[in-house]
Amino acid sequence: MTAAALTARGWGWRHAGRAGWAVRGLDLVVEPGERVLLLGPSGSGKSTLLKALAGVLGDDEGAEEGVLDVDGADPRDVRGRVGLVLQAPDANIVLERVGDDVAFGCENLRVPRDEIGPRVDAALAAVGLAVPQDRSTSALSGGQQQRLALAGVLAMRPGAVLLDEPTANLDPAGVVEVRDAVLEATAGATLVVVEHRVGIWRDHVDRIVVLAPGGGVLTAGRPGEVLAAEGGALAAAGVWVPGPPPRAARPVPAAGAPLLTGRALAVGRGGAVVRDGLDAAVSSGRALAVLGRNGAGKSTLALTLAGLLPPVAGAVEAAPALADGLGRDPLRWRSRDLLPRIGTVFQQPEHQFLAPTVRQELAVGPRALGLPDAAARVDAVLERLRLAALADANPFTLSGGEQPRLSVATALATAPRVLVVDEPTFGQDALTWAALVDLFRELLDEGRSVVAVTHDEDFAAALGAERLVLA
Amino acid sequence: MIAAANPVTRFAVAIGFAVVLVISVDPVSAGTALLLGAVLLPLAGARVRPAAAVPILVAAPLAALTIALYGAGGGRVLVQAGFVQVSEGSLVLALATLLRVLAIGLVGLGLLGAIDATRLADGLAQLLHLPSRFVLGALAAFRLLGLLGEDWRALALARRARGVADRGRIRRFAGQAFALLVLSVRRGTVLATAMEARGFGGPGGRTWARPSRLGAPDAVLVAAAVVVLGVAVAAAVLAGTWHPGSVR
Amino acid sequence: MTASTTVRNRTARSYRWRVVDIVVASVLGVACGFLFIAWNVGYQGPSNLLTPVLPGIQGLVNGVWFIAGPLVALVVRKPGAALYGELLAAVVSALVGNQWGATVLVSGLMQGIGAEILFAVLGYRVWTWWSALLAGALAGVGASVYDLSLIPGLAGYYAGSSPQFAVVYLIAQAVSGAVLAGLLAWVLVQALARTGVLARFPAGRARRAG
Ligand SMILES: Nc1ncnc2c1ncn2[C@@H]1O[C@H](COP(=O)(O)OP(=O)(O)OP(=O)(O)O)[C@@H](O)[C@H]1O
Ligand SMILES: Nc1ncnc2c1ncn2[C@@H]1O[C@H](COP(=O)(O)OP(=O)(O)OP(=O)(O)O)[C@@H](O)[C@H]1O
Ligand SMILES: [Mg+2]
Ligand SMILES: [Mg+2]
Repeated sequence: MTAAALTARGWGWRHAGRAGWAVRGLDLVVEPGERVLLLGPSGSGKSTLLKALAGVLGDDEGAEEGVLDVDGADPRDVRGRVGLVLQAPDANIVLERVGDDVAFGCENLRVPRDEIGPRVDAALAAVGLAVPQDRSTSALSGGQQQRLALAGVLAMRPGAVLLDEPTANLDPAGVVEVRDAVLEATAGATLVVVEHRVGIWRDHVDRIVVLAPGGGVLTAGRPGEVLAAEGGALAAAGVWVPGPPPRAARPVPAAGAPLLTGRALAVGRGGAVVRDGLDAAVSSGRALAVLGRNGAGKSTLALTLAGLLPPVAGAVEAAPALADGLGRDPLRWRSRDLLPRIGTVFQQPEHQFLAPTVRQELAVGPRALGLPDAAARVDAVLERLRLAALADANPFTLSGGEQPRLSVATALATAPRVLVVDEPTFGQDALTWAALVDLFRELLDEGRSVVAVTHDEDFAAALGAERLVLA
Repeated sequence: MIAAANPVTRFAVAIGFAVVLVISVDPVSAGTALLLGAVLLPLAGARVRPAAAVPILVAAPLAALTIALYGAGGGRVLVQAGFVQVSEGSLVLALATLLRVLAIGLVGLGLLGAIDATRLADGLAQLLHLPSRFVLGALAAFRLLGLLGEDWRALALARRARGVADRGRIRRFAGQAFALLVLSVRRGTVLATAMEARGFGGPGGRTWARPSRLGAPDAVLVAAAVVVLGVAVAAAVLAGTWHPGSVR
Repeated sequence: MTASTTVRNRTARSYRWRVVDIVVASVLGVACGFLFIAWNVGYQGPSNLLTPVLPGIQGLVNGVWFIAGPLVALVVRKPGAALYGELLAAVVSALVGNQWGATVLVSGLMQGIGAEILFAVLGYRVWTWWSALLAGALAGVGASVYDLSLIPGLAGYYAGSSPQFAVVYLIAQAVSGAVLAGLLAWVLVQALARTGVLARFPAGRARRAG
C-alpha cells in the first residue's frame, strides 16, 4: 500500500463537556512515508490528535474546527487507511482468539481470504508474538497484549500507522524489541509515534513534533537539531529530553522501624502460584522498588503486600507500629481501617474510580474515614499533582497520563503509613515525574513507607529505594 | 460429529426441536424425543456439563407440580382444595410438562453446549446473511462479558482499597453490581472505538477469514433430528395424544 | 468546507445505528442475558411461593426477563433496539443452557416486539419514565401471548390453563413488566447517565444539558 499524507490546517478539537480545547490551531503536514515522533506534556492532546487522524472521534464527542485530512479526504470516510493502536493495550482487543483478532482488520478492509492467513502470520512474526493463534486473547500479559495490538494494525498494511505510547507498559528489554519490530514492519508507511521518552526513538525518526499545551505546535524539526537548539525549553515544558533524569539518585537510607513484612511468600490468584519464595520488608522512611519483566508477578506481589490478595503460602504481617491496635494480618482489616494504614494504587485505574468528578473522587477516601478537613486535603492534592484544572472532569475522560496521576492522588488523600503504587510513572511527562519523586520523598522523610512496582530504574534510584527484582 | 457440524446447524436444530415439541403438550411426543435424544446425542459426541443441567433438573418437577395443582385438566377430579384442583387430566398434563422441559432443556444443552461463539457468528453472517455489523458487535460484546468474573474480583479488590467495602452485604453487592454494569458499558464504548480504528463498520461488505460451510455432518445432524421428531410426533398421533396448539 | 457538510449528512441519518450504538446495545443485551440466567434459577423460589396465593399471580416475578428491551431502547434510542436487546439476551440464555431450551428465543421475540411496538407508536421520540413503563407492560403482554398459547399452533408454557388463570397471569406479567422491566430500566439509565458513561448517547446528553 502507498504511504498516506496527513494534514492539519488550523485544526482544533474540544471534547464534549470540557470548556477548553484539547488541540487548537494546529498546522501540520506529515509527508507520505515520513516518520514522526509526536511529543508534548501530558494532556496536550496527543491521543486526541491520533484518534482524529484515524477517524474514530465521533462528531457527537466534541466540537471540531479547521480541517484535518488523510490523502485529502475526511479521515472518517477513509477508516482503515490509517491504523491506530490505542494507548491502553487491552482496549485494542476485539475477538476471542489471537489469530482471529489479528485478522479482524483485514476482513473489514475486504482483503481476500487467501491473503489474510499469510498476512496474519507475517504480522505476528514481525512483532515477535510467539503464541499459538488459537490462544485466548484474555490470557496474555500486558506486554503481549501490546504486541498483539500492533500486529492487528500491521496486518491491515495501512498507509499510515499511528502508535500511542506503544512501549509504555513494556519491560526495558521489550521496549527495544518492540521498537525494532515497529520500524521493520512499517517500512515504507507513514509513521506517527507518541512516546514520552525521546531517547527510544530519536535516532529512528525523521522529525520531532512537539505539541504545545495551549494548542498548536511548540516546535518541530530534525531530532538532533531540535534537541540541541531547544532542549532547555522542551525540558521546561515537561518533555523527556535525553540526558540525566530531572531528579538524581539518592542513597538508600538506613532501615527504620519495620512496618510491613512478607515472609516466604507464594503469591498468585485463585490458588495458582505465580511466584514463590519471596521475602519483602518495608520499614519507616524507606522505599522498596519491585522490578522485573512483564508477567513476573510484580503486581500480584504488590496486591498481596497491600492486604488485598491472600498469599497462597507464607504470611504478610503488619508490625504493631502499623497495625496500631488491630490484628497483624492486613487481609483481615476492614476496608476503612486499611485506608490510613496501607494505600494502594492499581496498575489499571479503571476499576478504581468511583465518582463522577475528579474532586468527588478524591473525597471518597477522606469521607469514608470521616476526616473533618476532607475538602482542604482534596484541594492540596489537586494542586500538588497538577489536577486542579481538571477538578470537575469525569475521571474516565482523563488522558492516559492524567488517570494514573489521579489514582496516586486518591491514595495520597488519606495519608497512609504505607503506600503501595503500581507503575506510578507510567505515561508521565518529565514535570509530573519530578513532582511525583518530590512527593514520595516527602512521604519517606515523614517516616512513611513506599512500595513501588515499576519498570523505571531512574524512579527507583531517585527514591533511594531498596530493589527487589523478580527475574 | 456434533463438534464437526456447523454451529448454525446446531442452533437451527435446537430451535426446530424446541418448536416441534411445543406444538403440542403431550407425554408421548416429549417422552419419545427425550428418550431418543438421550441415546443419540452422547453417541454423536455431545458433552453436557453437569452444572449446566442442574437448573433443568430442578425446574422440570417444579413446573410439573404447578401444572398438576392448578392446570385445567378435565377427567375425574382427585383433589379439590381452594384453587387447587388435581384431576386425571391435570396429572397427564403435568407429566407432559415434566418430559417436555427435560427434553427441550437437555437436548438443547447437548446441541448447544460448548458451542464456539466466534464460529456461530461466522455462520450467522455468512450462511444466514444476518447483518455483519450486528453479528460482530454481539460477538465482541460476548467476549467482553466473558471477563465479568475477573472484573468482579478486580472491582472487589479496588473497592476495598478505596475504603468503601464495609457496608452491609446487600448494599455492597448492589453497589458493586452497578459498578460492573458501568464498567461494561464503558468498555463497550472503548471497544467501539477500537473496532472502528480497524476499519469496522464502513460501507460495503467485508471478507471473512474463516469460511463457514455446511457439510456431511450437518446433513447427518439434520436428518437425525428429522427422524427423531418424526418418530416422536408419529408416536403421539398414533397414541391419540397429539393436539396442536391446545391441550385437547 | 467539506468537513462541515459531511458532519451535517451524518447527523441527518439519525436512525442509522452507529458502531457505538451496536456495541453498547450488544453489551447491555448480553449483560441482561447473564442476568436472565441467574433469574432462570432464582425465580423458582418466589414463583412457587406466590402460586398458591392466586394461580397466575406468579407472573409478578417474570418482569426481570423483560428488562433487556426497554433498557437497550432507552440507551440507544434507535428503531429495533428493544427487539435486538431482548432477542440477544434470549440467545445468550439459550446458548448457556436453560430449562426452556431454544423456546426462549420465541419468548424473547414476543417480549421484544411488545416493547418495540410501544416505542414505535410514539415515533421513537418519547423516552420518558411513562413510555418505559408502558413498554415494560407491553413486553409482559407479548410474553403472555406465547406463554398462554395464544400463538396459533404453539402450545406455550402454560398451555391448557383455565381462563381465570390466564387473566390473572396476563395482568400479573403486564404489571411486573411495567415495574421490574420498564421503571427499573428507566431508573438504571438515569443512574448510568449520572456516571457519565452515556456521554455518547442522547440519554447521557439530555442529562448534561438539563
Ligand atoms: N473523552 C474525553 N472527554 C473529555 N475530555 C477528554 C477526553 N479525552 C481526553 N480529554 C481531555 O483532553 C485533553 C487532551 O487529552 P489527550 O488524551 O489527547 O492527552 P495526551 O496528550 O494524550 O496526554 P497523555 O500524555 O497524558 O496521554 C486532556 O485534558 C484530557 O483530559
Ligand atoms: N487477574 C488475574 N487473574 C489470573 N491471572 C492473572 C491475573 N492478572 C495477572 N495474571 C497472571 O499472573 C502473572 C503475573 O501477573 P502480574 O500482573 O503480577 O505481572 P507483572 O509483573 O505485574 O507484569 P507487568 O509488568 O506486565 O505488569 C501473569 O502470568 C499473568 O498472566
Ligand atoms: Mg495520551
Ligand atoms: Mg503489573
